[in-house]
Amino acid sequence: MGTGHGHRLYRHGDTVVHRLPAHTKLVALVLFVLTVVATPREQYWAFGAYLVLLAAVSVAAAVPAGFIARRMVVELPFVAFAILLPFIAHGPRTEFLGLTVSESGLLGGWNILAKATLGVIASILLAATTEPRELLAGMRRLRVPPLLVEITSFMVRYADVVTDEMRRMRIARESRGFQASHLGHLQVVARSAGALFIRSYERGERVHLAMLSRGYTGVMPMLDNRVTPSNAWLVAGAVPLLAALIAATAWSLT
Amino acid sequence: MSSLPSLDVRGLAYAYPDGHQALFGVDLTVEQGERVAVLGPNGAGKTTLVLHLNGILGGGLGTVTVAGVAVVKEQLSEVRRRVGIVFQDPDDQLFMPTVRDDVAFGPANFGVCGVELEARVARALDQVGMAAYADRPPHHLSFGQRRRVAVATVLATEPEILILDEPSSNLDPASRRELADVLRSLDVTILMVTHDLPYALELCDRAVVLSDGVVVADGPTRELLCDDALMRAHRLELPFGFDPRLTGASVS
Repeated sequence: MGTGHGHRLYRHGDTVVHRLPAHTKLVALVLFVLTVVATPREQYWAFGAYLVLLAAVSVAAAVPAGFIARRMVVELPFVAFAILLPFIAHGPRTEFLGLTVSESGLLGGWNILAKATLGVIASILLAATTEPRELLAGMRRLRVPPLLVEITSFMVRYADVVTDEMRRMRIARESRGFQASHLGHLQVVARSAGALFIRSYERGERVHLAMLSRGYTGVMPMLDNRVTPSNAWLVAGAVPLLAALIAATAWSLT
Repeated sequence: MSSLPSLDVRGLAYAYPDGHQALFGVDLTVEQGERVAVLGPNGAGKTTLVLHLNGILGGGLGTVTVAGVAVVKEQLSEVRRRVGIVFQDPDDQLFMPTVRDDVAFGPANFGVCGVELEARVARALDQVGMAAYADRPPHHLSFGQRRRVAVATVLATEPEILILDEPSSNLDPASRRELADVLRSLDVTILMVTHDLPYALELCDRAVVLSDGVVVADGPTRELLCDDALMRAHRLELPFGFDPRLTGASVS
């Protein structure tokens, strides 16, 4: 705990992108991802154009490529799946890099890989330029159901507390000579997970008591009442708008 | 209003739903502006008592009155505005994404908003010396800082009485002293539940001993701490090398 400022995904800065209100960025992200997903997969150039668009945003936000690349590890399981597809899919075969692979599988793999990568990059850019609490405020402004926002907000707040508790439990386990080396040890780890669950549950109860003590009646008070400048929507909307142009061109060429 | 005691507890008895009886008729009156320590070993019923003071627990015998307002279901909101409880683990109390939002949470629940809300937050943070940390997330603060912010979250509701559950637990000596300075500077009635006897002597002129669910002693803190038989009978031990007869007069 207490390592530096802000969240690990956040990169401190004061750029146009950082200053945009969170809810405009959230809407832009969703629109962008939907546009990318709706683009026909055979129009390869369109995905290159999307990438250029994201690169432009990352330059504007002063987020270096290396920062994004490191955080893209999260995509690896999907990459593995996308690479498998050409080999396991049926249909007519084709030659690719000296291998005989399924044509539809190859296209399907490319489809997943390209669209997922663009989505992940866009999400990383959002997270890098928006603090978690701003995102939560943004969700509230977009009228996401308050219960969902509260659950997310508690998750953001207590993720570190719970991981820290988990780390302390692991250290205590290992200090008594425990090393998870074979499958039988899974039982011990499972018990720790159970204990952690009970602890978190009890903490939940204590947090609730503390909230009641300060007058909580089941509705979160609205603490954020800033006004959104209208040009913020224009700036944030530029990205999905350009993406929509690309998609429209891609469709007209199909 | 000023003549009414801040807190008046009469004949409070309570048994948990599982049958375990924690309180057996507690009587306690705290006058306005007093700082009172509730001393007692673990399991004496201290936390159960605290949870009665703002109506989290209830349904047993006896009454609790806060500056003339009875702690009953119909008046819970008013009672919770008047009674500010600072819980033992600041991580239980601080749950909002930033210090500022957390301090604003209480007063906002009680209908304070706009400029007045901002002023309350600023004042409360200033009182505990944490004004510079308003925009930080709570989990990036040190434990002592989090405890002080927890005090601010309650001060922001401008309570009649401030109740602290084990305020000195887990604090290093410097944070402990800083918190003591903060508490001394506040112009509010304080009830401090603790088994940290030197801390009680340092901050409170008066103390009560809670043992097995009843108040067994009530008097000047120093006198109680010097009563060896009383201390021994209720598992209250002074730390090694600490002699209440030799320390300076408690600072009021």
